[in-house]
Order: sequence, then structure tokens, then C-alpha cells
Amino acid sequence: MAGGSSSSSSSFSTAPAPSLVDSLFQRSLDDLIKALRSQPAGAEPSLLSRAVAEIRREIRSPDPDTKAVALQKLTYLSSLHGLDASWAAFHALELLPSPSPLHKRLAYVAASLSFHPSTTDVLPLSTHQLRKDLSPSSPPPFSSLALHLLSLSASPDLALHLAPDLLPLLSPRSSPSSPLRPKAAAAALRTLSVCPDVAPLLFKPLVDCLSSPDLRVVSAAVGAFAELASSGDPTPYLPLAPEFYRVLAESGSNWILIKLLKIFTRLAPLEPRLAARLVDPLCDLLRRSSAQSLVFECVRTVFSGLPDHDRAVRLAVDKVREFLASADDPNLRYLGLRALSMLGPRHSWAVEESREAVIRSLADPDPNIRREALHLIMVMVFDSNVVEISVLLVNYAMKSDPIFANELLDAVLTTCRRNVYELIVDFDWYVSLLGEMARNPHCTRGEEIERQIVDIGLRVRDARPELVRVARGLLIDPALLGNPFLCRILSAAAWVSGEYVEFSRNPLELVEALLQPRTSLLPPLVRAVYIQAVFKVLAFCFSTYIDQLEISQLSSLGNSTTGGASSIVESNTAAAASCIADGIAGMESTDGIATVGPLSENDEVEVHGRARNLLGLIHMLREILTWKTEEQGFIKDNRIGEIVNLLQSMFSEELGPVSVNAQNRVPVPEGLVLEENLADLAWTLTEDDTAPSMSISFSLRSHQHGKTKDAAASSVRSASLLAEHRKRHGLYYLPTEKDETESNDYPRANDPLLPASQGDVPEDLVKLTKQSLIPRKVKHTKPRPVVIKLDEGDGVSTFPSTTVKESKDDLLSGAIHDALLGEGKPSSSQKRYSDKSSRGRVKDIADTGESVSQSKENLESGNREHRSSGSKSKHRGHGKERHRSPQKNEEKEEKNHRNSARSSHHHERHKHRPRGEALLNVAPRAPVIQHFLL
Amino acid sequence: MNYIIKIHFVILLSRQGKVRLTKWYSPYSQKERTKVIRELSGLILTRGPKLCNFVEWKGYKVVYRRYASLYFCMCIDADDNELEILEIIHHFVEILDRYFGSVCELDLIFNFHKAYYILDEILIAGEFQEPSKKTVARLIAAQDSLVETAQEQASSISNMIGQATK
Repeated sequence: MAGGSSSSSSSFSTAPAPSLVDSLFQRSLDDLIKALRSQPAGAEPSLLSRAVAEIRREIRSPDPDTKAVALQKLTYLSSLHGLDASWAAFHALELLPSPSPLHKRLAYVAASLSFHPSTTDVLPLSTHQLRKDLSPSSPPPFSSLALHLLSLSASPDLALHLAPDLLPLLSPRSSPSSPLRPKAAAAALRTLSVCPDVAPLLFKPLVDCLSSPDLRVVSAAVGAFAELASSGDPTPYLPLAPEFYRVLAESGSNWILIKLLKIFTRLAPLEPRLAARLVDPLCDLLRRSSAQSLVFECVRTVFSGLPDHDRAVRLAVDKVREFLASADDPNLRYLGLRALSMLGPRHSWAVEESREAVIRSLADPDPNIRREALHLIMVMVFDSNVVEISVLLVNYAMKSDPIFANELLDAVLTTCRRNVYELIVDFDWYVSLLGEMARNPHCTRGEEIERQIVDIGLRVRDARPELVRVARGLLIDPALLGNPFLCRILSAAAWVSGEYVEFSRNPLELVEALLQPRTSLLPPLVRAVYIQAVFKVLAFCFSTYIDQLEISQLSSLGNSTTGGASSIVESNTAAAASCIADGIAGMESTDGIATVGPLSENDEVEVHGRARNLLGLIHMLREILTWKTEEQGFIKDNRIGEIVNLLQSMFSEELGPVSVNAQNRVPVPEGLVLEENLADLAWTLTEDDTAPSMSISFSLRSHQHGKTKDAAASSVRSASLLAEHRKRHGLYYLPTEKDETESNDYPRANDPLLPASQGDVPEDLVKLTKQSLIPRKVKHTKPRPVVIKLDEGDGVSTFPSTTVKESKDDLLSGAIHDALLGEGKPSSSQKRYSDKSSRGRVKDIADTGESVSQSKENLESGNREHRSSGSKSKHRGHGKERHRSPQKNEEKEEKNHRNSARSSHHHERHKHRPRGEALLNVAPRAPVIQHFLL
Repeated sequence: MNYIIKIHFVILLSRQGKVRLTKWYSPYSQKERTKVIRELSGLILTRGPKLCNFVEWKGYKVVYRRYASLYFCMCIDADDNELEILEIIHHFVEILDRYFGSVCELDLIFNFHKAYYILDEILIAGEFQEPSKKTVARLIAAQDSLVETAQEQASSISNMIGQATK
């Protein structure tokens, strides 16, 4: 029948309404599927668009059969080929009331696949039909379809309107073994979750479902409570605990048991007596059950719900070890690792017991298992084992695949950075580890390493010599210059060696490294940093050189050394000093200019400007040297003294970390009213291209290196000079010895472990950690250096995080709390129908005054405020919790805001409402639980 | 809007990345759905055999299992029970198998509505519903017979004449 359909129907494409011919020659779904399957791969889009055009025409047909088939085809295309079907929502609605079960079924499937609770605007039109199909008089399959649609696309309005219609389906009076009752329970859950206001209505029937003789009903109800309890505040469900416990004792179904355990996981921490009573049944299940899913759920319940009951924990840990040891089931290995990471630091002995399996998992063929193992290991890092674990991971990153290598590096970097390097005692070690990470061929974490190198430079004075040493190792290696991921690290290295050049053993070498020809591979901004570093080094060399001469002269004159000769000179050996002198001579000759000269022509202004600065300095130095040759007593020349002072003061002030909150501390000048002015601006400005910038940037010190001494005419250098450079510094064109940094004199913290870097991976991994994962006391041979911390600035990210759902869940659990405790109370939700936004509803509930939830909210927001205000002082103690993403904090802060706004709202309300009422409602809670549990 | 939900969606993918069934219990727009499918097929189809059946995806966990050429995927919250979901998937496959008589990909392609009906008996609002395979089979059969009798009535001669003269 459909053979020539596409050609024959195309002649009707302009016809306004489909005709009988259309319905006679309509392509069926099978035809469409066959056409799609026989199509060559490329032709699919055109075929699909033709099919949709066809459907658009057919779906308007007055004939229900034609419409139904068109709808069916569209459903197929939208669910399997991702075509948009939202435009047909109305046509699906049209078919819903159809008396034909086939059409009705098609229409319901189409609607449930395409309706979207917030974007389908015809949704309210379905209310009537849904109510009709939900009514007990309609055939059960129809009600079942309606329940599906309701549960998938319930908007708050729809939920509110149809909740009463769920009641007859939920009640046991409908035929005892009706398949609809469990479905109604699931639909009730969804209705509750989108519209907490219906809680007083639906909660009681849902609770009644728990005592149904039909296991399916119990299962559905338990499932609903499991979702409710695990997604919000579980407190309101605590009074139901005896009921759940009864089901636990009676039910033999694993499906129900798993759901029950989910509920108990949330309830047990709230009520110690409940936890105590759970130990026996849980241990029993752990021992006897053969279903791994149930065993895993038991383990989870024990670990997160009953961590204080050693007997249960012991048994669960044994099960986890079995999981980890199952060689043939990756799922169990994965879940074993996950289970271990649920255990708090208090039970780190459990991880310690399975240490070998955990470490071995780092080499698992499954990347997900590796990641999970890594996560678990990072949780177990303490200041006593951070060295061993980091070294292990960084070494392993060398051998692992690029993606995982970077995950390893990431883990080490973020863990060590946590809370301003709180775990790091030996910064020399950490700095050299950073250098090692940079040499990992897969490393793409340049930005983070750069940040940390600079940050440690600023914060930890004692780490600077080692930083400079590591930076030197990175800078003199020409092989690193070509790697685009490393340029950020090199930039940090250049900055460090410029800023802390006084710790360098050989500044001349540094200058040569910074000016080597391959630096042309670097991006301009990094080159600018390089040149600036050269500038600093030169300035330093010059002043040291002059100081040196001064000292020798002064001492030869028999005068005592004054403060002029700083400790810098003392710390440098005589050899270094002479090197510096050489350096000036060397720099002053063609060498430096050869490289920098061309740069002054560079397009990039940053590079250009700094190159000019540098050239200016070099020219000045050259002049000074000529003074030297002219008159021996040049030291007495005032000009030199001035220049030395100038240069020194230019870089003398130490850079420090800037607090994140620094901006807040700038006092607002009196009389400055920001909002008003801006409001004026907004009013007066019609074009928005002059939007005022809100960010004010400032730096700790103004860097006045700009005033270049009228940049000397840049001498044009020929390429021959470059060639000469190559000859002189052949070193930079040879492949470097990889282990240059390691051959240096500083004793490496991880030396004994290094040999393990070849051989069988998992065995090595295990061998590498003879060290235990659990924290223990270690005697540090040297004290931890001072790390500069800015009280508020570094600690912004400290509040315990919350889920985004919270405010909504509070609402729901508050409503349920009401429903449970004040069951007799008439529902006060009738007048809130029209309110759509959830914010609006929050207010409404407060206004209608359900005092229990209110006082609870008050308490909570009060607590939270307290926490956030107290968090400043608690920083040190809460190290583990502090590692949170800043985004969450923002959310959290916002929430604090909202909550405090809400609580102030409540306070206002409490003024004109008797306080005793709230107390009266809260009071019964505690006795109720006692009665149930004892 | 945040839904309190267990299973966020169910997707059946063929080994070639063709979609064979999708059911969304959390609201996703069509654009998001296409994106989710693309991302997940990239994540799941590339995974080799003998790896675990779970992938982490945007803070959720996707549990998948391969049967012949089809991947059955379900998305759950990160702290849900993965093994339970694996059992639900298996349960679903067994019921399909029983209904179609050793089910294959083609059965699902040409009877995609039936697959939805069966899935709807097992999951409602993302909640697992019906533990008994027998009951599901019975319910589906009852629905089918209801539809068939209605169809027979509809296709009686008088009806056809009525349609033709409309």
C-alpha cells in the first residue's frame, strides 16, 4: 500500500488539509523504518526531513488512524533519531481522549516522550483527560498510562491539581492486588517532589502502603521513601523507623532490602539506638546473602551509617577485601575501592589492610578503577606520608598513559596545594618534585605548576634557594623550550630566577640560559618574562660587582665593612663573585645584545618594551666600564653610587602574596556613594558601550622599571653574531643529560625509591609503598618553614559544601514533617495554587505559618550563619573539609544570604505570633521516637 | 528543577552508536538529549571488554551492560547502588527475551513501542516497579489483547464503509 506513497503524497504538499488519499496511501511506521534502513548512510538527513514534512501534513488529518500513525512515526523519529517533537504536543493531546486503546496508548507514549514539565505550554490542557483516566471507573491499563504521563511530566501545577486523584489508587480499597497501587506510589513520589504542598494529602496513604500485604506495593512505597530520605533532610522520616524495621525483619526480597538499607543509611546517624538495633540484622545479611548488590548495600550502610559499631565495620571490611580480591570481576574491584573511600579517616586501618590491593589497582587495565584507586589514595594522604605517596605517584606518572599521568599529577598538585600547602613540611623536596613533574613528557598541567612555583616563591622564604636551583635546571634545558605545555612552567622558572637571583650560584649561566636562541619558540608573553628576568639578573650582578669592588677597596684601605656589603656577597663564594664580574664583561660585549637586539624590533609590545629596557641597562653598564678604564678611583664617583642605589631600590621590595579579600579591605572613602552614582550613570548613558568597569586592579608595589634611559639606538646585529653564539654555547644545542637536577648536591628525599622505575609495574608499585597509608607521628629532622598565610584571603573556600537541592528539600521535608506530625491539621495549601516560582512558594509556606518547619528552618539557618561566621577561626582545624571548589562556595554563600534573609523574615513573623505554639508542635517528636524504639 | 529520582534515563545503543531506545525520567530538552547520547556513546562504546560496567559522567554514574550488539545504559546518582541497576537491566532483558522469544536488535527496531510498554511496566518515574517477570508478561499480554479486540472491532466492515464515505 505504501509503495509509491512518497511520490503520490508529495503532490498534495501544498494542500491545506490532508485528504482521504493521504490516509489511504500513508506510509506506516514499518515502511518508514525499512526506508531508513535501506538508505545509504549519507542520505539519512534528507529522508528524515521528508518524513517529517509528511508527518506534519498527516498529523493534521481529521482521521484518528492517520493521525495516530503519523504520531507514531514522529515518536519513533524523535526518540531514536533525536528529532524535535515538541511541536506535536498538541496533536498528542488531541489523541489522548480517544476511545481506541491503540490510539490512546500511542498518544500516551508520544506525550510521555515529548512533554517537558517546564516547556510544554499545552500541558495544563491535559489535566482533565488525566483526571478522567485516573478515575477508578476507567480501565486499569488507561489509568496506568495516565500515571506514567503524570509521573514523567508533572509540573507543579499539574501535580497540585491531580494529587487528590491519586488517593483512590493509593488506597487499599481499590482491588487488593491491583497493579496500579505500586504505580500510584511512584507517581505520588514524583508529585511530592515537584510540589511539596501536596505532602499533607499524599503522605499518609504512602505510609499505609508500607503495611500492605502485597509485596509490590511495599516495594514501591519503600522505594519512594528511600528516594525521599536520601535526597533531603532525613529527620522527618525518623518516626517511621519502627515501620521500616518491621519491613526489614519480615521482607525476604532483595529489592526491598536494598531500598530499606538506603533509608537506614540516612536514618542511623540520627538515632544511635536505631543504629544499635541494626547491627544484628546487617551482620546477618552480610554473612548470609549471596547477592552482591545486597552485600554492597550493607557495606555502604555500615560504613556511612554505623561507623561506630566495630563488629559490623569489621565484617564489612572483610567483605570489601573479598571484593578487591576478585580478579575476574572488575565491577567488584571498582565498588570495593568506592566502599573504602566511604570510610572516614578514623577507619584508615581498613585501607591500610588492603593497601597492596589498592596500590595494585593503580595499574588496573580499567581507567575507572585506576581513577578510583587514585582518589582513595589521595584521601589517605597525611603529612607523614605525603612524601612517599607523591613520589610514588609522580614516578608512576612517568610510565603511565598520558591521560592518567596527568590525572596523577593533578591529584598530587591539588592535594599538596590544599590549604596553603598544609601537608608539606619539606619544601625543598616539594619544589624539586615540581621540577620533576615538569619533566614528565605527558605533563599538561603547566599552569598549575607555574602557579605553585610562583606561589611558593612568594610565601615560603626558605624554599627560595631550592626554587632557584630547580628553575635553573629547567631553564638551561633547551629541549623543554619546544613543548607548548611547559612554557608556563618556564615562565615561572624565569620569574623565580630573576626575582630571587641572589640565591643563584652562577647568574651568568642564568643570563645565557634566558637568552638562548631557542627562546624564540616561546610565546611573546613568556619571552617578556624572560627578558624581565635578565634585567633583574643584570641589575643584581652589577650592584654585587660594585659592592665587591668597594669591599676590596675599603678593606685594602683598612676600613671596616659597612652595611653596604650585604649578606648576599657573603653567601656567594669568591668564585661566584668573579664569575659575576666576568658576567658583566661578557654581557656587556656583543653577546647579550646579539639576542636582545633583534627583540627590540619584535611586534609584541611587551617583549619590545622590555628588550629596550634591557638594552638601555646594558649600554649604561658599558659606559660605566669605560669610566673604570679612565680613572681608577671610580668608586668614588657619585654617579655610580647613585645608579647602584637606584637599581637596588628598584627591586629591593619583596613581593608577597595578595589576599583574595584585599579589595574588601580598601576602605571606602567617606562621601562616596557608589550605587547612586552608578544609577545616575546608567540613566544618563544611553549606549552601553561605555559600561563602567567594576574591577579595580592594583598591585602591591608599583613596578617603575619603565623609565628606560632613553633607549640607546638599537644596533643592528647581523646573523653572523647568532652563528657565533651557537659556536660559543654549543652546550645549548646538545641533548641535555636528563638527570642534571638529580646529580646536584642536594640530597633527594626519594633517592632510595628511584631504582624502582623500571620493571613490572604493579609489583613495583606495591614495593614502592613499604610506607603505610595511615597517619603516624614522624620526627621531622628540620622544622617546617614559615608559610605566609593571609587569614581570610586563603580561606575563602572553607565552608562545608551543600547540595544545590537543599533549599527545595528543606521545603519538602518540612512539608512532610508537617504531614507526619500534624496529620489532623487541615491542609493549608488551598490558596497557593497560582504561585509558580519556588522562591514564591518558600515565602508562602512561611506566611501560612507551618510553625514546625519554620522553627526548624530558623534553627538551621541560625546554625549555618553561626558556622559561616565562625569558619574564620576554625580554619586550621577543618583542613580536610576545606578543599572545596570556589563555585560551591559561591552557591553556599548565596544560600547563606537567602537563608539569613529568610530567617529575618521569620523573626519578623514571630513578633506577632505566640511563641508557645511553635514549641507545642515540636515537643511531641522526641517522645514519639522513644516510644517506638524502646 | 531538581527531581527526586532514581534512574534519570535509559538508553539502548547499538555497537555502531545507533540509538535503539531512549526513555528520559528527568526532564531533558531535545537538544540536551542529543548531546547526552553523543557523549555517552563516546564514553561507553569505546570501552573494551573485561572492564567494569560503570562510567562516571558529569557527577552521575552510568551503568551499562552489553548484550550481543546492544548496550543497555541507565544513568543514576553517584551514590546509588550500581549492582542493583545491573540487575534491573538484566531483568529488563530477560522480560524482553521472554516476550519476543530470544530477542534481537531487529525486534526492538520494528517493535519499539512494545519495548516502551515493557519498560513502562518495569520502571515508572525512574523507580523500579515489578520484580516478577510473570506479572509483567501477564500485564503486557492483557494490554495487547485489549488493543487487539478494539482493533478487530474497528476494522469491521461497517467501520471501513463509514471511513470511506466520510
